[in-house]
Amino acid sequence: MTRKITLKINGKSYSHEVEPRLLLIHYLREVVGFTGPHIGCETSICGACTVELDGKAVKSCTMFAVQADGRNVTTIEGLATDGRLHPMQEAFWNEHALQCGFCTPGMIMTSKELLERSPHPTDDEIRHGLEGNLCRCTGYQHIVNAVRAAAAKAGA
Amino acid sequence: MATTITKTETLVGKRIRRKEDPRLITGTATYVDDIQMPGMHHACILRSPHGAARIRSINIKPAINQAGVVAVFIGKDIEAVGPVPCGASLPGLRVPAHSILAKDRVYYVGHPVAVAVATDRYIARDAIDLIEVDYEPLQAVSDPEKALEPGAPAVHPEWPDNTAFTFHQEGGEPEKAFKEAEVVVKQRITSQRLVPTSIETRGVVADYRSAEKNLTLYSSTQIPHLLRTLVAQMLGLAENRMRVITPEVGGGFGSKLNVYAEEALMGFVAMKIGKPVKWIESRRENFLCTIHGRGHVDYYEIAARRDGTVLGLRLKLIQDLGAYHQLLTPAIPTLSVLMMPGLYKFRNVIADIVGVFTNCVPTDAYRGAGRPEATHGIERMMDLLALELKMDPAELRLKNFPGKGEFPYLTATGLSYDSGDYAAPLKKALDMVDYHKLRNAQRDAKAKGRLMGIGISTYGEICAFGPSPATPAGGWESATVKIEPSGKVTVLTGTSPHGQGEETTFAQIAADELGVSMDDIIVLHGDTSIVQYGIGTFGSRSTAVGGPALYYALQDLKAKIKKFGEMLLESDDVTCSGGQCICNKTGKTIEFAQIAAASYRAMKLPPNTEPGLMATHFWEPPNFAFPFGAHIVVSEVDRDTGQVEIQRYVAVDDCVNIINPLLVDGQIHGGVAQGLGQALCEQAVYDENAQLITGELMDYALPKASTMPYIETGHTITPSPVNPLGVKGVGEAGTIGCSPAVVNSVVDALSHLGVRHIDMPLTSEKLWKLVRQGGQA
Repeated sequence: MTRKITLKINGKSYSHEVEPRLLLIHYLREVVGFTGPHIGCETSICGACTVELDGKAVKSCTMFAVQADGRNVTTIEGLATDGRLHPMQEAFWNEHALQCGFCTPGMIMTSKELLERSPHPTDDEIRHGLEGNLCRCTGYQHIVNAVRAAAAKAGA
Repeated sequence: MATTITKTETLVGKRIRRKEDPRLITGTATYVDDIQMPGMHHACILRSPHGAARIRSINIKPAINQAGVVAVFIGKDIEAVGPVPCGASLPGLRVPAHSILAKDRVYYVGHPVAVAVATDRYIARDAIDLIEVDYEPLQAVSDPEKALEPGAPAVHPEWPDNTAFTFHQEGGEPEKAFKEAEVVVKQRITSQRLVPTSIETRGVVADYRSAEKNLTLYSSTQIPHLLRTLVAQMLGLAENRMRVITPEVGGGFGSKLNVYAEEALMGFVAMKIGKPVKWIESRRENFLCTIHGRGHVDYYEIAARRDGTVLGLRLKLIQDLGAYHQLLTPAIPTLSVLMMPGLYKFRNVIADIVGVFTNCVPTDAYRGAGRPEATHGIERMMDLLALELKMDPAELRLKNFPGKGEFPYLTATGLSYDSGDYAAPLKKALDMVDYHKLRNAQRDAKAKGRLMGIGISTYGEICAFGPSPATPAGGWESATVKIEPSGKVTVLTGTSPHGQGEETTFAQIAADELGVSMDDIIVLHGDTSIVQYGIGTFGSRSTAVGGPALYYALQDLKAKIKKFGEMLLESDDVTCSGGQCICNKTGKTIEFAQIAAASYRAMKLPPNTEPGLMATHFWEPPNFAFPFGAHIVVSEVDRDTGQVEIQRYVAVDDCVNIINPLLVDGQIHGGVAQGLGQALCEQAVYDENAQLITGELMDYALPKASTMPYIETGHTITPSPVNPLGVKGVGEAGTIGCSPAVVNSVVDALSHLGVRHIDMPLTSEKLWKLVRQGGQA
């Protein structure tokens, strides 16, 4: 038994027959081929799978693909436009906010949404805003620097 | 913030943003789970729910009958596959047979019992639920001290005392030192089991081509070449027909410095079904089946004079090994013994290790591997001694360091500390926190009833693993540098970086040596068919051992460039630098790119010189390198909640010459985060039935952005004679220095309540109880 879903991913329309139990992350990665979002914990704790759904950061590992039917998804692959990095990507690069890079796509998606909600966050607000995303490499300090730098640049 | 780069400036020492990042920040990097192949199947592994049980029978029929399931394999199917290897050897070591699937018995929760292979990930997962295993549960034991008690359940029936090995080491005259001591301080100190928790779990894709008998294994590993050698042995394959590719690796921290059952099992499955197969570890499996770290119960005794001079150190170390030996399991506690004196002049030491089998997943190397345990022990003991003597802990430490002029310093455990000025980072850290003022502030705070503490740790670590005689599988490292006919430079390193940033730091080194732009250099690693044999990335060795290998390969290449330059400029007075050779007499120049083209075109060759521009160097380090440093933590315990607030974290590290300060800061921050995790929140807990009750991220607390303090870093530089770059490793330093500084600060905060020691993790519940009960645990 499958169901047909139609949705926009990174600005392009896709339509597939999917099993109702197919998770959104598996749909994005294995059916459509956007492997930027990663699977770190399958329980929505680590945030490596974070994508934007209608402008809100969500964890795609605990959501079914059918729940995204008719909606708008942005993955990390959709951030850079015309070969130009999104300012948050640029900030992560400049500030050395990643090491192994596995949490990074989710971390960038969450950080981007964080600034959209709160353009001038304090360090405390950044740290709390990133609570749903785990990084085991950086100790978070350079990630906080990156978000702060991206906010400063946007405000400049 | 990174600085921009130009070709003319020296790049080593600059904060340069990484070359590896563009693929990582755009989501276009390839991790093992991103690999798709035509006809690829998926494997899922059924694992034991019991800590110990006999397998009476297994019925695979309901699983195999499912549409989409192509095979199910159990223990009797893999008789021909060799055991999971243990690379460590100790006298009298008992090595249990470690088959890749359980046969008639399971030894820990998570022990692999069967593998189901299906056309689809979901079908494979469904299939393992349909396999019927009839277990006869047996008594299990998870606590290493209980496992040593007479009558404890035997993990392996053939060894009822659960003892895998004992190990004794002593130096000097420890018995005499303790007899003559004016003061002896004793303490039991534990270093709890930790789950390394790389955010990417393990994963394997295996692809076997039967016509050529070629197996390609994509694995998230830190050691591609060693993995190839050992898995080829397990599967009975010719090593040269096996290829290991390490795609992007999402963190390792030692947990991927191993050869796991699943790596051979996927090779076996691919060979059996004739199709590629993928296995991706679930997070639950990562908790249950990937190695854990630490797992110590240590009994320390320190002997000293009343003036604070340390005399002797005694350690009884009980190492929880788990049910099996993984690659380095039994070797890890011997590193603790080597480092047990820390940075202090203990001339008399005695240590006894008991390696204990338990019905738990094996322990093995996790960030620091034996040195965090040793540093935690000695640094806690120094604080206990300071408390006993009513001495300032900083003063006690400064009193017992070897002097600057005493290097190389031979320790009582037989190490030769290459270079050091141990007082320098401690003094710098004390300055950074304004120590005397801070102590006054603490006195005021305590007078007002606030529970404020200051904790100091100094650490030294063995890194740059290491001289080959001191390692199980060779401790050298390799590098190849090629200048392609167009003048572009390719570096092949035998290390296998997975976040450390050697694609950048090695390009910096090569760019400086050759005088070319970093953009013209590419650093490749992690493919056994492309890169010459190498040892891998672990033990803070990539820059410290792989760096010199690269340096020497570059020197060989430069010598060859010079020969071509002399020939092409028709002069024997030629200087080569900055990407060109110049004739010192005529001023005529020729670019490296032109030299490269001429070397491959080979119309004419310099005397005794082969065509082409390529050099390979295998570098054997003469010694380990011993970085050191000091960490200071200011903390406050909330009286009402028991919560620890880290108010300041200062880390001063001496890793000598820094190739890229931005990356070194990143290593320190990340290392501290893992040390802080151990100190405050992380703990793998097995219950009395050997069930892992912290088997998910829901129950195992990792540091988050909101729980990490801001880390202030500082550096001192003490030249090291060990290698030509004057570098030491930094990957593990943060972790090693961290946990004792945190615990020392919290004990200091509560010392007026009579608290002498608290075992990690310092959970708020534990501290709240201590405060409520006036310091009584």
